[in-house]
Amino acid sequence: MQVLILAAVFIVTAHVAWAETVYVSNEQDNTVSVIDGAALKLVDTIPVGRRPRGIRLSADRQKLYVAVGDDNRIDVVDLKAGKLEGSLPSGEDPELFVLHPDGRRLFVANENDNLVSVLDIPERRIVTEVEVGVEPEGMGVSPDGRFVVNTSETTSMLHVIDAGTLELVDNVLVGTRPRVAQVSADSRQIWVSSELRGTVEVFDVETREPLATIGFEVPGVPHELIQAVGIQLTQDGSRAYVALGPANRVAEIDAKTFKVLRTYLVGQRVWHIALSPDGKRLYTANGNSSDVSVIDLESQAVVKTIGVGRSPWGLVVAP
Amino acid sequence: MRFSLVLLAMLMPAPVSAEERAITIAVVTQERDPVQPVSPLDREVKDQGLAGARLGTADNATTGRFIRQRFTLVDRVIPKDGNPAETIRVLAAEGIRFVVADLDAPALRAAASSEQARGMLFINVQTPDDALRNEACRANVLHTIPSRTMLADALAQYLMAKRWRRWFLVTGSQPGDKLLADAYRRAAKRFGAEIVAEKEWTFKPGHARTDTGHVTLQSEIPALTQVVDHDVLVVADEANEFGDFLPGRTARPRPVAGTQGLVTTAWSPVSEQWGATQLQARFEKLAGRRMGVVDYAAWAAVRSIGEAAIRSRSDDPFAIMSYLRSPDFVLAGFKGQGQSFRPWDGQMRQPILIAGPRLLVSVSPQAGYLHRGSELDTLGIDREESRCKF
Repeated sequence: MQVLILAAVFIVTAHVAWAETVYVSNEQDNTVSVIDGAALKLVDTIPVGRRPRGIRLSADRQKLYVAVGDDNRIDVVDLKAGKLEGSLPSGEDPELFVLHPDGRRLFVANENDNLVSVLDIPERRIVTEVEVGVEPEGMGVSPDGRFVVNTSETTSMLHVIDAGTLELVDNVLVGTRPRVAQVSADSRQIWVSSELRGTVEVFDVETREPLATIGFEVPGVPHELIQAVGIQLTQDGSRAYVALGPANRVAEIDAKTFKVLRTYLVGQRVWHIALSPDGKRLYTANGNSSDVSVIDLESQAVVKTIGVGRSPWGLVVAP
Repeated sequence: MRFSLVLLAMLMPAPVSAEERAITIAVVTQERDPVQPVSPLDREVKDQGLAGARLGTADNATTGRFIRQRFTLVDRVIPKDGNPAETIRVLAAEGIRFVVADLDAPALRAAASSEQARGMLFINVQTPDDALRNEACRANVLHTIPSRTMLADALAQYLMAKRWRRWFLVTGSQPGDKLLADAYRRAAKRFGAEIVAEKEWTFKPGHARTDTGHVTLQSEIPALTQVVDHDVLVVADEANEFGDFLPGRTARPRPVAGTQGLVTTAWSPVSEQWGATQLQARFEKLAGRRMGVVDYAAWAAVRSIGEAAIRSRSDDPFAIMSYLRSPDFVLAGFKGQGQSFRPWDGQMRQPILIAGPRLLVSVSPQAGYLHRGSELDTLGIDREESRCKF
């Protein structure tokens, strides 16, 4: 018995020996929750501006950018000090944003203004605005730096922006109320989720031709409640994970065959999701149950639920 | 058929480029007596419905401009002594096939059953009459405004979730109030509540503005509400004649719900979840006032036509009409779930808000009311109960 317990302790310790930190934006609390990825415990809560949603790391991973929509700016958190250091301009009502691989520019969706604002971080100013559809939301960037993609919720379109000329290259009609767009690690595919159609569409980056439409079914859950929101694509291009909102599930998809492999039961109204840097865990922000679920992707099990602030919305994992 | 479409195209008011396709929608309303708002905080609204349709057209145009579809709006008012069928005849002659009907039940029936109406689509944004969704239903009419039954079921689910089972029903003198009271009685039976007392409001409206207004009300309302104990006062006052006088004046300290107090409605300016903030902000910018329920229904009607045109990639009215009724159709209505039309009666299934005077209180369907198809169909007349035959 003694030996068994010791062995169990050893296994658990070895198993959780990752040092990552998870940052969660709490939309109703105006805070960022900090989770220790080794202990899987809430370790800090950082006050930020009003209605924090989009959340990203700086290129050097020393700073956290948090879009605070009701304050019309992006707050900058110094991660060493664990507190707010200042802010950046963002245009009106910033929601989601991406950091371009050049490490210098943020592309920000301005939900109320039908614009994508391009922010030069060192110069701390908006260098240009790109006019898109109504209620821009999803923001993605191709890792090769060529394209920035955006979705507009009411217009139901995917907008492809040339990251060099900052001009619209294409507008593609997608499923109703598109929420998130992500470009695959090889910069060849754009994945777009449709909240109300409850599907994910995959497009070729170069031709914008559709490659697949992925639907989801959860036994016992009415189709209106199966909504596709957050997307995470793995670095090796083998898997995609999709948050299914009020269905309280995350779907795991074979990214080569576009087949849904399984779903994980997580907290309520799962919105955005984030992979650990080693790709072995997935963290989910569950808006209605105010917690974060931790999925161990190797054992294919939800291993922990961690209470955070009210209405967690977005999250990012720092190594 | 081909010939008549060509003819219609020739009759279009503005020339259309070969590339760009235009879809024209008419908002038809009735000349009405001005309504004095009950509360001094409310302002008289003159473009109710029309403003919502304008916002819907602007929203349609944003997608349309990317895929070369153009949406235009015209508005027509039926005079008090006017004939709805005549208005429809003129619209048909102009080649207009889509009508957003801000009409009462008799006018809507007259308009939709006229000879020229056969190839047109009417979307009802005004009248909650259940008869129009049942024995008087028509294949060329859809409804974005909820039926009375939907509103009553939505309230009943919420009151049962609160365990407020014993209702005191107060009904106004208008015909619609009686129909709404019927819907409340049906909902009470359906969801397990009990109507322990009923009264009719028989006082004349419009006392409140006089210097002695509050004194009169303070004696009238306790007398009216002196009934056996109950959990909640459920009020049926669609024309807003007296319901707002009730809260704070009842004999027993009980909440008021229904058409006033906790209001069951398809839309309220207090809604801000599910992106509603953006819709409210766009509306306020366009209309200079808050978005009401008829505005919302008209917005939903125009957006539905736009969504069907965009998704079917067509400006053919028949293609648009058939897409609207197909299982593929879904409207993002800023209430957290996709909204679509029930095939058995043309009613838009949608969540119903339970709105307080300043903030949203709840949204029905409530958790736990299950349905083999859509949980939204726990509100209103389900397929098996429907008396509609197209």
